[in-house]
Amino acid sequence: MLADPHVPAAIYLNVAVSGLLTGLVYGLMALGLSVIFGVVRVVNFAHGEMMTIAMYIAIALFAAFKLDPLVMLVPIAAVLFALGYVMQRGLINPFINRPEHSQFMLLVAIALIMVNVLLIIFGPDAQSVQTRYAFDSFQLGALIVDATKLYAAIAALAVAAALFAFFRFTLAGKAIRACADNYMGALVVGLNVKQLYALTFGLGAACVGAAGAMMVLLVDVTPPLGPAYTLLAFVIVITGGLGSMPGALLGGVLIGLTEALGGLLFTPSAKSMFAFGLLVLVLLFRPQGILGKRQS
Amino acid sequence: MREILLGGVPRRGLVLLSILLALLVALPIVVNDYLITVLILILYFAYVGQAWNLMMGFAGQLSLGHALYVGLGAYAAAALYVHYGVSPWIGLGASIAISAAAGAIIGFLAFRFGVSGVYFAILTIAFAEFARIGFDHWSWVGGSAGFFLPVANYTRSDLWNLRGSPTMFYYLMLAMTVAAFVLCHLLLRARVGYYWLAIRESPEAAQALGINIFRYKMYAVVLSAAMTSLGGVVFAFYYNNLFPEQVFHISRSIELILGPIIGGIGTLFGPIVGAFVLTALAESLGEIMHAFGIDIPGIKQVFYGVCLLVVVMFLPDGIWPPLSKALGLDGKRIQGGDKPGKSDTGGGG
Repeated sequence: MLADPHVPAAIYLNVAVSGLLTGLVYGLMALGLSVIFGVVRVVNFAHGEMMTIAMYIAIALFAAFKLDPLVMLVPIAAVLFALGYVMQRGLINPFINRPEHSQFMLLVAIALIMVNVLLIIFGPDAQSVQTRYAFDSFQLGALIVDATKLYAAIAALAVAAALFAFFRFTLAGKAIRACADNYMGALVVGLNVKQLYALTFGLGAACVGAAGAMMVLLVDVTPPLGPAYTLLAFVIVITGGLGSMPGALLGGVLIGLTEALGGLLFTPSAKSMFAFGLLVLVLLFRPQGILGKRQS
Repeated sequence: MREILLGGVPRRGLVLLSILLALLVALPIVVNDYLITVLILILYFAYVGQAWNLMMGFAGQLSLGHALYVGLGAYAAAALYVHYGVSPWIGLGASIAISAAAGAIIGFLAFRFGVSGVYFAILTIAFAEFARIGFDHWSWVGGSAGFFLPVANYTRSDLWNLRGSPTMFYYLMLAMTVAAFVLCHLLLRARVGYYWLAIRESPEAAQALGINIFRYKMYAVVLSAAMTSLGGVVFAFYYNNLFPEQVFHISRSIELILGPIIGGIGTLFGPIVGAFVLTALAESLGEIMHAFGIDIPGIKQVFYGVCLLVVVMFLPDGIWPPLSKALGLDGKRIQGGDKPGKSDTGGGG
């Protein structure tokens, strides 16, 4: 099933750049998962479903008011922040000290409800957003860059940078990092851990919300896409290192590249096989992920 | 033998168990075809749930990719039957061998490299997804277009080739579920069972006591994979069609573990109770929706999700522990060891 061996090098370059740009959006999605796991220590099995919620919000806004998803990125992220905050406060918080399989069940139930509520509201047909610049591209010699992907990737980098800055420079960000480093210590110095956990979950959800607003420009959305994105987010964060923020972005780019080149070299339908193959290799030789720290 | 099998089981439990078994054996005489298919589904989930529970509930290794073993077992037996006319009773040897080998490879790689907890769970998903996409592109077994067995003629049941009526599959599934139950019951009372529980509670402590935790975790994975593959064989011959997108899909793996978790993880009756409650719930929700004239795709799953949410929130240990108390069976050894504690299951994390 090998593709034509005479494919010119420029094609590989174009596909690689395209994969890299998509990979940055993947990375932002996975960043949300990684932040949540790194602090709250809960694996968000409803992550991709939250992404599809953001995508459908973008679609509804576009259909009703012709609002560009990239312009609506901040409001959509805010809605997802609220959703994440409420989920953590109301549902997940009592499960913090329960065993993993119990947390898993809770989030699987939430994910099931999300997918099917979307199915009821929006129906099973694929939907998309058609922007004015959907077919624009920039040309740099032999390299042709899709404008939509470039805008989305720049937006993803901007959101990721904002998140890094938040954790680095603000008091709340430092407090959240303190919770992640030493739970007991955070309690002792009087941090409101419950509140900070909810804030973290909200931030993770906002990341995935922003990623959803970008992703809706790149793919058609159907409700069953949710579980597929959940899996993809897992693959990315495990590859990059669960709990590591730069790792999530790096993992996203790696998976984006792997998928794009795998799709070109073999067949597009087998592209995620390469992503899973990469995951298996990483888990076997560096279980903590490329940039992850070894758990004691 | 009698002592090993029955020692320590309360008399009350034995009586209830005998009544239940007699009821299950007699049921096909009174119920209609629809209920038989529902009962087959319940027994199927009870069986594969028991197999999964052996690995997670006893040995504490969380697998989220058990659809892999179902699928490998199903495809192996079905391909041998369709391509070479090999009876499933012989083909299941290949199913067991292939699934056990897959389990052994995953276990070997993971346990050698110290992959545990969430990481192990995601590794199991990765292998199942890998198989799903691989089978999608493997034309010898139909690829993504599906693999079909010749449809059975219901006038005569052919047990040797597993071609026959739902009633035949019902008794087959019942026998397998009982066998899996007895096997797990015996394993829990053997040395290996105590070692598993020790590993589940604390791998470090178990190792310090001189238990070869690598070897016993391997036993759990291989045995669980082999048992699960038999469920796959029946699945293939009962449904007569296999699609990689369905058989290996992550939602199959999740479906399969809901029963034991809802029923009570690490208990012998948990997978059975869970399978019964969940399947009955799913089927009756469909009927209720139908009766009220609600025909919105997805609404049934929303209610199902809400029910899962309620159970997992209010019964953290599952249905069986409180149920056994209500039946006056608790405090005795019928559950097979204590229920898993709070932060000890699933290895690291």
